[in-house]
Amino acid sequence: MALLEVKNLEVTFFQGNASKSVVKDLSFCTEQGEIVGIVGESGSGKTQTSLSILQLLKDNAKIIKGSIFFDGKEISAYDEKKMQSIRGKEIGMVFQEPMTALNPLHTVGKQVEESMKLHLHLSKEDRKKRAIDFMKMVELPNPEDVYHKYPHQLSGGMRQRVMIASALCMEPKLLIADEPTTALDVTVQAQILRLLKKINEEKKVSILFISHDLGVVHKLCDRVLVMQNGKKVEEGSSEEIFHAPKEAYTKELLLAIPNRTTSLRKRRREGME
Amino acid sequence: MKNRKNYSLIIGITIVSILFLLFLMGIFYTPYDPDAMNGSEKMLAPSIQHLFGTDQFGRDIFSRVLKGIGTTFLIAISTVCLGAGIGVLIGVLTGYFGGWLDEVLMRVNDAIVAFPSILLALIFISVLGAGKNNVVLALAIVFIPSFARMTRSEFLANRDMDYVKSAKLMGVSSLRIMLVHILPNAIPTILSMMAIGFNNAILAEAGMSYLGIGVQPPEASLGRMLSESQIYLSRAPWIAIFPGLAIVLLALSFSLISEGLSKKGER
Amino acid sequence: MKSVLEVKNLGVSYKGRGRVLKNITFSIKKGEILGLVGESGCGKSTLSKAILSFIPIEEGEIIHGTKRPQMVFQDPFSSLNPSKTIGWILEEPLRVSKVPKEERKRRVVEMIEKVGLGKEHLKRYPKELSGGQRQRVSIAISLIQGAEFIIADEPVSALDVTVQKQIMELMLTLQEENQLSYLFISHDLNVIYQMCDRVIVMKDGEIVEEGEVEELFANPKHDYTKVLLDSIME
Repeated sequence: MALLEVKNLEVTFFQGNASKSVVKDLSFCTEQGEIVGIVGESGSGKTQTSLSILQLLKDNAKIIKGSIFFDGKEISAYDEKKMQSIRGKEIGMVFQEPMTALNPLHTVGKQVEESMKLHLHLSKEDRKKRAIDFMKMVELPNPEDVYHKYPHQLSGGMRQRVMIASALCMEPKLLIADEPTTALDVTVQAQILRLLKKINEEKKVSILFISHDLGVVHKLCDRVLVMQNGKKVEEGSSEEIFHAPKEAYTKELLLAIPNRTTSLRKRRREGME
Repeated sequence: MKNRKNYSLIIGITIVSILFLLFLMGIFYTPYDPDAMNGSEKMLAPSIQHLFGTDQFGRDIFSRVLKGIGTTFLIAISTVCLGAGIGVLIGVLTGYFGGWLDEVLMRVNDAIVAFPSILLALIFISVLGAGKNNVVLALAIVFIPSFARMTRSEFLANRDMDYVKSAKLMGVSSLRIMLVHILPNAIPTILSMMAIGFNNAILAEAGMSYLGIGVQPPEASLGRMLSESQIYLSRAPWIAIFPGLAIVLLALSFSLISEGLSKKGER
Repeated sequence: MKSVLEVKNLGVSYKGRGRVLKNITFSIKKGEILGLVGESGCGKSTLSKAILSFIPIEEGEIIHGTKRPQMVFQDPFSSLNPSKTIGWILEEPLRVSKVPKEERKRRVVEMIEKVGLGKEHLKRYPKELSGGQRQRVSIAISLIQGAEFIIADEPVSALDVTVQKQIMELMLTLQEENQLSYLFISHDLNVIYQMCDRVIVMKDGEIVEEGEVEELFANPKHDYTKVLLDSIME
């Protein structure tokens, strides 16, 4: 049985008398221990997909068809109360902008402990120790020190690590990461990706990784879904998608990725001579 | 996507238009001379000859309300235009340039804001004397700070935007950048604030006239009419009702307009 | 060959932040595309501001070989005035130069077509255009002023991958047709590889390495350059 199963999902936005489907008839699975990437340009519906899994869609967006199963349970049918037992506990989420996801008024340590307070019954000392353990796991330097710091005192990369620690400390089975490295510098991005890979290998956490960056997705993911205008265009292993794409759109996306095999500048110059 | 009708804006503008037409009409024609007293027709209930009845001096209330609406309109518009005009100018200069000019003007701003507005208006009136023009001046001064602050914050937000840098690279002068490039982006917020300002001006003028420091008798003023009608409330309530209703409608319509404008901005 | 820009021992400080640019020296020849790569805080935006005289410089000098360098900005959403139509925006620099109305209109139409858009776009407002279309307009703004040297600050970073390619192709076409020079700033090393002739690498306000693109990518010398290249390796 797959860990996450999305069946014929349709998500629609409503405004006044008009409506727009942003996810159309989407079906896919994520197995235990797998890293699945959803890749697409703006408007592809990838973020709406991740938000609908955790029922975090905006008020004017709704799942009008299809269902989402997690660990055999139909979570798309859960009410808010039941969702709270899933969110942060069985499914963790990491967003793009750690600065807006973290509360600027609380120390980072307190925020890592947030979900523990809700779901676990530990003493204050045990909670702190667990928080620091996870902060160590995400390779934060001097976690005891960082524990007392505020978000604005940390760099982008460190804040993202805090987000990941916070998402992991409940030992969820699935981690949804929506563009987690897009706002980060290239060197930091590489570190975070290595970290996610390590977490997946050591803790067997499945990851649903959403990004517009194909290069990043290729590096990290086992399987990849390509989305365009709300629909799934192609699905396959990372290798298949990258080296043997079948659909025209997938090929177009791949061709458009700037790479280091040939320089556009050089090719044009040589074409001219 | 279709847009839902902006009811606030529509209703607000409709009411203001009706009142404005009444005001215009009132300039040229009133059923009776608003100041003409008639001893034999004192405190008559509303009838066909006197739509709103007569007051304690036999004056036709409908005519007086028409004139009163006009007076209130004029005072409100003058006040808001003067206050907004100066306030926006201050906001533009301080928001764009900053520096010592900003520091000095904002402290003066804070000083004015620190006073409760009615008190400030009272102080000005006591120094300048009562009367329509001084009411406008006093209220305008009270309004300046909020316009200055709001315009300033819009300019602070906009001046570092890329489109302003782009304009500088085009060689556009600072003056033109402030007034032609940035200011139009602040207009929706300024207009919304002006609508609220009208509202406040109407209520403030009514309040001041009620207290006797605004428009002086025998000139018709809605606030004054309200204050004079108090003792007759049980015997001839219409003397109070109609001026009161006019004030409420005026204030309500501008509130609706300002709400409608901000809804428009949200889209 | 003529230089369009020469920067010599440039030093810039900010109050409270100390030295933000230290001893920056480089030059750009006519018709050259120089890439600038660096992570946040390396000083690349400060360098742009200094070249365009938006901020004062403390040390060194900047020598311009062209009359007025222009800039294409990163965020297509804030780089165009939301309250003005595209046509108005494009006419503005011509208005400032007191170009007569007839000629203004003619040049604006000429330019909008040159960047791959149409006359119908002139009546529209920025919010009605996509990110790629807005970047085309930004490029048109630089060109209509006769710029020979353009600083492009992350011009394609905010765009979808397929649109990125189109804009890169446009920038190269215009470069080839008009012998333009670019200072092409990007955090994306692959884009730099695609677009540039030479590249400088900045870290903490200094240039740590400089060289021809192929050479630098194949044989990076400075440790930091190696780290940057490693992070994008497959």
